[in-house]
Amino acid sequence: MKPVVHLSAAVALLGRFPALAGIDLDVARGEIVLLRGPNGAGKTTLLRACAGLVPVVRGEAVVLGRDLRRHPRAIRRRVGLLGHVTGLHDDLTVGENVRFWGRAARTEPADVEAALALTGLDGRLRDVPVAELSAGQRRRTSLACLLARRPELWLLDEPHAGLDAGARDQLDALVVQAVGQGATVLMASHELDRAQALAHRVVDLVAGRTITPGATGAGADVGGADADRVDVEPADVGGADVGGADADRVDVEPADVGGADVSAAADRAPDLAGAPVPGAEPVPVPPVEPVPPAGRPGTEGAPSPASVATPDVEASPAAPGAEVSPVAAPGVEPSHVA
Amino acid sequence: MWRDAVLVARRDLRIELRSRVAISQVGPFAVLVLMLFAFALDPDRGVLDRATAGLYWVAVLFSGLLALGRSAAIDEADGVREGLRMSGLEPGGVFLGKAAAVAAQLLALEVLLGAGVVVLYDAEPAGPLLLVATCLAATAAVAGAGTLYGALVAGLRVRETMLPLLLLPALAPVLIGATRAFEAALDGVPADGWPWCGLLAAFAVLYSVAGALAYGALLEGQ
Repeated sequence: MKPVVHLSAAVALLGRFPALAGIDLDVARGEIVLLRGPNGAGKTTLLRACAGLVPVVRGEAVVLGRDLRRHPRAIRRRVGLLGHVTGLHDDLTVGENVRFWGRAARTEPADVEAALALTGLDGRLRDVPVAELSAGQRRRTSLACLLARRPELWLLDEPHAGLDAGARDQLDALVVQAVGQGATVLMASHELDRAQALAHRVVDLVAGRTITPGATGAGADVGGADADRVDVEPADVGGADVGGADADRVDVEPADVGGADVSAAADRAPDLAGAPVPGAEPVPVPPVEPVPPAGRPGTEGAPSPASVATPDVEASPAAPGAEVSPVAAPGVEPSHVA
Repeated sequence: MWRDAVLVARRDLRIELRSRVAISQVGPFAVLVLMLFAFALDPDRGVLDRATAGLYWVAVLFSGLLALGRSAAIDEADGVREGLRMSGLEPGGVFLGKAAAVAAQLLALEVLLGAGVVVLYDAEPAGPLLLVATCLAATAAVAGAGTLYGALVAGLRVRETMLPLLLLPALAPVLIGATRAFEAALDGVPADGWPWCGLLAAFAVLYSVAGALAYGALLEGQ
């Protein structure tokens, strides 16, 4: 089955700056893929490039079977982007906004009603002008607009931002439901606890490049990606003690890695603790518990949550909560603790 | 494309009705311009009589600039332009819809100003067919050109001042043609006005076609 997103050595420029500097990424139908990386890594640009809003100037870029460089408009009809901006008209009501964007995408009125109901906007809020909404309610309205378009590919940029706990749960459930109906989701988020639980796999970006190119789970040779530095935040490693209780960040220099998998460390502490010991017997990592997608018709090609682990990330499951130290992982030496 | 045009036109008109800017600001501004002309030229009523057609269309253009600026601003809101790019709407349809919404507002404005010149300038309507045809053609020309130039300056921080600077020279032929056609109608010799009305119609078609074709590229270029 052809991937929904196929990028190979894709380059996209913001002005003259290569925001994407040779991205390689494949996303299968029915997958939920989390893009992870520091600010400026290229996550938003990657999402916007997949939406055809940022031109890919070099490399191969195919989305939903169409060449992104030649048919961006045809692709956009089938893609939904939830970005930093809302795309809403302040003077129109919630219902009018959702109806407008739904009709623009040529969906049925029933789809609009369903979108309003699914986002809890079919009650009093339906007739409230957007100008009178809170930031979270605006976000929900944006989500309803996306739902009303019934996109095949969801591109979510910090989707949980501005939402309260209930709305976040609702968003996660909607994502799972959409995937169950055959949609594919590519999202960027700094709320890793929630996003990782939702995602089937994680792709790390640094300086406009993937350091886990098309891999499942996580894991690629950082050195091979020409990355200068990989920042691993304690939050990224599941709250484990990385080099001391006060550590804010562990900077791992590719030169120190020696070919070992650093992005695995970014996934979760147990991976880092047990990781890449040369010659050690590989033991599959217990997968991050995702919200199970209910029936996923037409998504045979999509990896299941159970297939998250890759040979690069294999580690002992006996390590949860273990204190991570450089000694525990020969060959993976944090250069310093900031 | 026509379906998209209707959708966008309804959106723009609904926003204008909801915001009440056209009713509470553009209309009163147009009447105010007419009144100021009347005050300025009152000592010599002969000048005012002779200049009625020109003053009417100058007032329409000045007031229309406000409506055109509002129309462009609708798509400058929080990510709306990006939403239009993502929507799958035909760019030509978006252009025609926006132009149609502006044209509807301009026609309402012209009716209001028409009443204004009758009351304030003692103008006597004559040649109604030519007057109506001229209004329709000139309105289409102003709306088409204004929507096109509005898209051209979209995204610029100085778009509010840049739009009149670019648009008014481009609309000079419309001002001349509409004024001549109105003078002919008011003078009771409509036959002299029809060629000018034809020129306005050609201008309207030119800008409408150019706008429908170019709007996609302008939308992408932001």
